[in-house]
Amino acid sequence: MPIEPESKIGFSPMHRLQWEETQQRFVILYPEGMVELNGPAAEILQLCDGSRNLDAITAELESKFETSGLRNDIEELLEAALKNGWIRLLS
Amino acid sequence: MAGSDSYPKGSPRWLLAELTYRCPLQCPYCSNPIDYAQHNDELNTEEWIRVFTEARRMGAVQLGLSGGEPLIRKDLVPLVAKARELGYYTNLISSGYGLDEEKIIDLKEAGLDHIQISIQAPEAQLNNFLAGTESFEEKKRVARLIKAQGYPMVLCVVIHRHNIHLMTEILEMAIELQADYLELANTQYYGWAHINRAALLPTQEQFEIAEKIAQDYKTRLEGKMKIYYVVPDYYEDRPKACMNGWGTTFLTVAPDGMALPCHEARMLPGLNCPNVRDHSLQEIWEDSSAFNRFRNFEWMQEPCNSCPEKVKDFGGCRCQAYLMTGDPEATDPVCSKSPRRNVVADAIREAQTATDQPLIFRNSQNSKRLG
Repeated sequence: MPIEPESKIGFSPMHRLQWEETQQRFVILYPEGMVELNGPAAEILQLCDGSRNLDAITAELESKFETSGLRNDIEELLEAALKNGWIRLLS
Repeated sequence: MAGSDSYPKGSPRWLLAELTYRCPLQCPYCSNPIDYAQHNDELNTEEWIRVFTEARRMGAVQLGLSGGEPLIRKDLVPLVAKARELGYYTNLISSGYGLDEEKIIDLKEAGLDHIQISIQAPEAQLNNFLAGTESFEEKKRVARLIKAQGYPMVLCVVIHRHNIHLMTEILEMAIELQADYLELANTQYYGWAHINRAALLPTQEQFEIAEKIAQDYKTRLEGKMKIYYVVPDYYEDRPKACMNGWGTTFLTVAPDGMALPCHEARMLPGLNCPNVRDHSLQEIWEDSSAFNRFRNFEWMQEPCNSCPEKVKDFGGCRCQAYLMTGDPEATDPVCSKSPRRNVVADAIREAQTATDQPLIFRNSQNSKRLG
């Protein structure tokens, strides 16, 4: 599923993103299920709060980690997240 | 393969809190123990809160509030509020019967994350017969109220010989009710389902037709509704990895406080499951003989012991091995490598000939008589 560059990206109201102290990682919780996230995925998904589009998320992470060229990786993860229903595109 | 022969070690991730065995319905495939009516000394509110708190500290994050019918507990809303405060993802696993708009809103405000309701069949007469209660229209009304309040909703339909021919209608009902998830749970033959097995087990042909319909809808509905299909293991040739491995992930606490590695385990002879009234959950999880009983590969017999697949399925289900062979250490007989596979074939044959066997409904009268 493509990520429209203009669309702001929100987290799904049907899922919950949460830090788990005992696991030392972020997880996504949904009815009777859990996905354990690696560090980069958690960084990206935490920014999906409805206020940013793909470019804004990329800019924020490239600035935070003082690097460049993250856009493709971020887009790929967001496409998978959209397919799984973890995020949604807002107009 | 280095490391592949070590048993997974973990802390509980899933806490199933069976708040009560009381239930207004009488489904003849109920997974509660046959003798449930004897275990009526329910944990009180403070005891449940202690259980929630201790399990959360150990890492449990999914909490199933189940039963019986959990709505019968008068303290359900405060229990949900406490669980949410502790950081659980809270799942209410209910029949939906007896739920009204006010309660749905109260639970939402307390922080309930998700509601699962069960419907027995996609038509009133059959639904009400199977539930032993006039409940079909109310359940459908409740499903709409749940969606109106913005909850994710799982619709669970247990599949057996009396409704398997209605697979298309079941899927259409789930679409009509806007279920986010549909659990098509082929009956697992424990508890009441086990004593009613001959009247419930469909034929392989029935399964194959139903499964094809479900798979077609699954593809069509991708992105709109998720379909979980619980496989009928009598027709498989490998057993399920029951509970993801004994004592690795799941912790059930029964209404009377008995702590179980799986919700069926209290039937296993000599297991001596500990009670949360006597021990902390940490002691129970780490040190009790019950939780350590099958938590490795040492107990296994052949063919499991030398089987390379033991790291994948842990020899299957201990309760099924016990129910079907009388030996809880035997290979799960649904495995085609099991020397006792014939008992599964016998059960299938028995079901095909027992076409007019009456159902025994799950109620306290039958529980006292049979328990």
